Amino acid sequence: MLAENNPTVHQVSPKQKTSWFKESWISPLALLPSMAAIIIFIYVFIGFSFWVSISNWRTLKQDLTLRDPLLATYGDLIRTPRFQADLRNTLVFTIIFITLAIIVGLGLAILLEKKIVGKGFFRNIILFPYALSFIVTGVAWRWIFNPETGINLFFDLFGINSILTQAGMEPLKPKWTTNPDVWFQINGILEQIFPAAGNIFVKLGIPAALIPVAIAATWQLSGFVMAMYIGGLGTVSQEVREAARIDGATEWQVYRKVVIPMLRPITISVFVILLHVSLKIFDLIFAMSGVGPGFATDVPAIFVFEIMFKATRYNLGSAAAIVMLILVAIIIVPYLISTLRED
Amino acid sequence: MGNQRSPIKVGNAVTIAFLLLITLFYLMPLYVMVVNGLKDAQSVSLSTMWNLPSSLSLGGFAEAWERLSPNMRNSFTMVIPATILSSLVGAINGYLFAKWKFPGSDILFTVMLFGFFIPYQAILLPMVQFLQYIGVYGTVWGLILVHVVYGLPVTTLIFRNFFAQVPKEMFEAARVDGANIFTTFTHIMLPLSIPSFVVVGIFQFTNIWNEFLFAVTVVPNPQSQPITVALNNLSGSFSVDWNVVMAGAVVAALPTIVVYIFLGRYFVEGLMAGSIKG
Repeated sequence: MLAENNPTVHQVSPKQKTSWFKESWISPLALLPSMAAIIIFIYVFIGFSFWVSISNWRTLKQDLTLRDPLLATYGDLIRTPRFQADLRNTLVFTIIFITLAIIVGLGLAILLEKKIVGKGFFRNIILFPYALSFIVTGVAWRWIFNPETGINLFFDLFGINSILTQAGMEPLKPKWTTNPDVWFQINGILEQIFPAAGNIFVKLGIPAALIPVAIAATWQLSGFVMAMYIGGLGTVSQEVREAARIDGATEWQVYRKVVIPMLRPITISVFVILLHVSLKIFDLIFAMSGVGPGFATDVPAIFVFEIMFKATRYNLGSAAAIVMLILVAIIIVPYLISTLRED
Repeated sequence: MGNQRSPIKVGNAVTIAFLLLITLFYLMPLYVMVVNGLKDAQSVSLSTMWNLPSSLSLGGFAEAWERLSPNMRNSFTMVIPATILSSLVGAINGYLFAKWKFPGSDILFTVMLFGFFIPYQAILLPMVQFLQYIGVYGTVWGLILVHVVYGLPVTTLIFRNFFAQVPKEMFEAARVDGANIFTTFTHIMLPLSIPSFVVVGIFQFTNIWNEFLFAVTVVPNPQSQPITVALNNLSGSFSVDWNVVMAGAVVAALPTIVVYIFLGRYFVEGLMAGSIKG
């Protein structure tokens, strides 16, 4: 663009012209090693995993002959009660975790965007868990939600349990991650509508043990959500808010009708990122609760890991991994394509 | 104005009190780890988890350090080269994708970026076989390799976003002065991008240090495992006292805590840059 305004630049010598031509090839050539690595380590490897998932390889001995029918392993997978529980858990965990993380993160961002003493201190403390390993935090949360200690000690310390026992009630002692209950079961209703739901071998509902896990995940990622929203709030000018206030909007309406709708792009980014974290969640649950009672806190990521590397049922594990990939791709591919178009 | 001041102050006091409560919640796990790590093996008990130690004991930390320090060394041996390499290659890629576009380069970038989002379970088995085939399975070299390759999408993304913001005029001026694709990079772009290197470096350091799935699948030998795996083993072991596990969690988190305390500003920038779209 600059060259157009500057006629002298047009007088490029022939020698430079050829170097321009050559230079245009350098970029793709220099990107070649990285692209080759990505193609192999991502796309070729995914292709191989898919091949294994349709093969007969189900013991330590490698067997890449194809199964007949081809997708039989996927049929096995969908009929595996543990995997059914995993899909249920992923759905329930995702809904609870994303809802909590967005509400908490947005709320904190709104509080901490204002002029408040110690704003930086609060922000730093809230974001701090994001810098820690899920294994570290999983180890700590495992004890905080242990029924014999942690949170449950508060019910004694604050005298709640002595009040309850005096009133002739049971003392409060939730089982947290060791609770096998599944709340709000809908199997019966579902079977009346879809007879095929009779093939669902797990209790469809909210596994109680997942709630502490979702709290721990929210604790760890809400700071990230907050940081994203604080960045976004900075772009919503004070003039816009002031204009709404002059029009008679209450503070609540300013946020609900003006600010939060303007944060839509941030909300979409946050949602996509939290969703892919949630679909892939592994370390936190692995360290905090493991698979849980009756697979109440098991997730596909742990299923793949254990079925492949402990049970050595490679085709079943690979099929589950491909299902995970498809779930993530359904969210991510449209997101990536839309950002590419915007560019 | 004078009338408005006092309700605002009261509102602020309520907000601050509320935020202090929130702070307690966010510090709770760290409190549990530090306080119980500082108790001795006799006085650490489930029923007194929230109590401060009656007498400070470094025994838990000493034992945790003895058990975990070899793995901490493994983590450093892995994380330093992996961070440097993935940042450098990411800088080159980001420069080319931002300033030397060619037909299809945006599509290639998207193809690369998809790698950031995939669940690694979908590549784990062929990756392990490939590492076995080239002879680096079970070694820190294998871990460095996978962290560099799987780190490329995000390091490239952050640097591409950074270089895209460098004014076109600056780039064109360098071209007019006769700088070629390499010298523009080394003389103009690289010096400009030093803050980005800090951001990407911290981002990669934290991610790779905290990573668990590759660590546990690529290296089966406990002696060679990174610290996240060693901590998980320590926590699952019944022969280890609870104060040691808690002290171990602090030890394993220490490098990232130090980075966060001293370079927190860059940490925030990194996670924004790594998450806001390209």
